[in-house]
Amino acid sequence: MKKFLTLIFLCFSLAVVAQEGAYEITDDSYKDQTVEMADVMRDNGKIYVVVAVIMVLFIGLSLYTISIDRKLGKVEKEVFKEKVNS
Amino acid sequence: MKKHWWKALALILVSYTILAGLLMDAPRLYLLNETIRNLHFHVTMWFGMVILLTISMVYALKYLRTNNPIFDDKSVEMAKIGVLMGVLGIITGAIWANYTWGEPWSGDTKQNAAAICLLIYFAYLVLRNSMQDEQQKARVSGVYNIFAYAAMIPLLFILPRLDPNSLHPGNGGNPGFNSYDLDSKLRVIFYPAVIGWTLMGVWLANLRIRTRQIERALED
Repeated sequence: MKKFLTLIFLCFSLAVVAQEGAYEITDDSYKDQTVEMADVMRDNGKIYVVVAVIMVLFIGLSLYTISIDRKLGKVEKEVFKEKVNS
Repeated sequence: MKKHWWKALALILVSYTILAGLLMDAPRLYLLNETIRNLHFHVTMWFGMVILLTISMVYALKYLRTNNPIFDDKSVEMAKIGVLMGVLGIITGAIWANYTWGEPWSGDTKQNAAAICLLIYFAYLVLRNSMQDEQQKARVSGVYNIFAYAAMIPLLFILPRLDPNSLHPGNGGNPGFNSYDLDSKLRVIFYPAVIGWTLMGVWLANLRIRTRQIERALED
């Protein structure tokens, strides 16, 4: 119960802090070029997004290929060890 | 770990191809526009195919000299991945042609020759499957492989250059690349791309070759 109350009060106090630091957001805020944002992904006609998608696909397929390779390695070990023993 | 370095190299080079191929400066050319970047993806498929089919042919020769079935396995699997790259090359070529030459198939000499070349290699795969006896299959298809390779060289490298009206760059009595389609900035991406895609093909072939070895081991 104590913990619960502490948590609630903490939330309230955080809300107050947030309000003190808040300032009005207008339509102009979205066009303000003086503030730096993570714009790289939106530059150049958003080509970076396409590159990111292709890279994710390639990395995914690569990881899958690596896992097949490893699996095959394990099977190889088993089969060829058996052959030596028999 | 030592024997896996080339697989890592393949992944690094292809990643570099995608990143640099799509993002680095490309020459601004009429009609081609951004599609010049296809050089690192479409053209490399054909380079990879020729390299893989060469490896396949060498293994076919080795098989015929030694009768060791492992060379036959290597020969077939290299050829299969080579044919896959060729098919991908012809499809990507049709897409590229649609937006630069106006239609996916314009009966260009190199397009036709590439299609014939693929048909010859399809016949190779069908021929293999038509025979029951393992040794006969390997011998006949090994001989055919060498013939197919000998047919591919003039189809891809000589015939298109004899045609003055070929749409492909570097043709019409104009051997190799010229400054129009390959400058030094593109080369920096293109050559690593060829190596990267080829190594990827070798890797996939390698997986299938190893599967065949396991199958053989389980059979006897």
